[in-house]
Amino acid sequence: MSGVLLTRLGKLWLLSILFFLYAPILVMAFMSFNASQYYQLPFEFSLKWYEKLALNTEILDAATRSIAIAIVTTVVATVLGTAASVALFRFEFRGKRFLQVMLFPPIAIPWLITGTAMLIFFFGIGLGRGTPSVIIGHVALAIPYVIVVVSARLATFDATLEEAARSLGANAWTVTRRVTFPWIVPGIIAGALFAFAVSFDQFVISYFLSEPGDSTLPVLIYTSIRKGFTPEINAISTIIISVSMVVMLIAARFSNFGGER
Amino acid sequence: MSMTLANQQRIKIFSLLSPAYLWLTVAIFLPLSAMFYFSFLSDVPFGQKEWFYSTENYQAFFQTTTYAKLLWKSINLGLMVTGCAVLVGFPCAYVLAKSIQGRSREALFLLVILPFWSNSLVRIFSWAIVLRGNGVLEIALNTILPFEVDVNLMFSTPAIVIGLVHSYLPYVILTSYLALQAIDDNLIDAARSMGANKLTILWRIILPLSLPGLLAGAVLIFVPVVGSFMEPRILGGRVGTYFGTVIEDQFVAVFNWPLGAALSFILLAVVLIILAVASPILRRAQT
Repeated sequence: MSGVLLTRLGKLWLLSILFFLYAPILVMAFMSFNASQYYQLPFEFSLKWYEKLALNTEILDAATRSIAIAIVTTVVATVLGTAASVALFRFEFRGKRFLQVMLFPPIAIPWLITGTAMLIFFFGIGLGRGTPSVIIGHVALAIPYVIVVVSARLATFDATLEEAARSLGANAWTVTRRVTFPWIVPGIIAGALFAFAVSFDQFVISYFLSEPGDSTLPVLIYTSIRKGFTPEINAISTIIISVSMVVMLIAARFSNFGGER
Repeated sequence: MSMTLANQQRIKIFSLLSPAYLWLTVAIFLPLSAMFYFSFLSDVPFGQKEWFYSTENYQAFFQTTTYAKLLWKSINLGLMVTGCAVLVGFPCAYVLAKSIQGRSREALFLLVILPFWSNSLVRIFSWAIVLRGNGVLEIALNTILPFEVDVNLMFSTPAIVIGLVHSYLPYVILTSYLALQAIDDNLIDAARSMGANKLTILWRIILPLSLPGLLAGAVLIFVPVVGSFMEPRILGGRVGTYFGTVIEDQFVAVFNWPLGAALSFILLAVVLIILAVASPILRRAQT
């Protein structure tokens, strides 16, 4: 009897946590459709903040820049990360363990430290602030994620498949192209989506590395919030959060692809 | 053209690995070294400025209690947020791992970790809308409760803690869930059949076996919270001065980069000590 009660309580707890996780996001989305500038209730439906957003070139420019940076980051980080994970999976060599451990500092060190260090270094070598610096930083943050995700997929690869292909007369290139590569494609896609999310959501690194008039969307949102709340930020935030959640849902599907089936 | 197989393989390994690791070196490891060097300078060595080597930036930390107090305040915030997240998240992970089965479990699990992949800045901003005076929380409470309440949590420590717990809760749920799921149910059944009550099972089996996962989650929360500056700024206002915000100020407002570098390194040292202390238990989590 008490066991049933406890299970019910547990499920109730889980539901309240879900409420805690989603309520503020839903409130924000809801408020982006509210006419009042100061988030006053009663709720009055209006699309005016979205209309204003469509005319706000500062926000739109920043959004375009963020997407462009995220795409460049995704391409570069996915290619470099996939190559590295193939080498880490395929070959045994001295220092391999060290290289694997080296992937953790970019993930584990607080971004505040990494970001300020990059700022100092890029100024020191004369590169300074700006979009190239931001991209260099984003790619560096994304590479470890790509390697981790692609390696996880590679770990489920059955090496006897390659042997089978080879015994049937396929050469090394054909084996890679027709056997190995198709197998890791879901991992590469998941890694790419992770890289995109890491870059698109990245605030701290961009904050220290982007030029004032040339900022990414999160940086612009931060400065707007500190200047005072504006409902247009609400509208763009609602769009961002819906897009990134959809992207991650797709990524989750892909990374699960071979694991369970 | 006589190349041995070993050499060929070495070239392959090198060409596959070097681009990624070269990038990491240029963008992460060299900057960290550069910052370490910078922290021993009296001024930025750009342009015409005079500078010399000194330890004055580190002395600044130890001479006044201001920075040490702020560091302690940040560590405290880290402990508070981590504690709350563990207390809230562990039971949640337990329910997910042990009392819900099949498809609904997968769906709920995805729902729990999904917000984590949305922009953290946007989520903090949404808390600002909820928590401010005359905000959504106040209106909601006043509609439910029979008496008027005045809720203005904005610009307070609780607001910062709520926002940070919301940001990092999925970490502890994720790691605890993975650890809890790995516990063999037969073990629990065996203990029960031998007369162990629920509390004993929790204390003697479930907690020890899931501790590595729980601790991994705790470290993953504690480390970024100690270095946080955006969340305290937005939700804390004037009470939101922490070690992280002081470092931010050195780089974007005061432009005392060498001092900022030294403070960053002190923070890094704290983080490394924590990772080192936790690593023996964390290593158990991997194996």
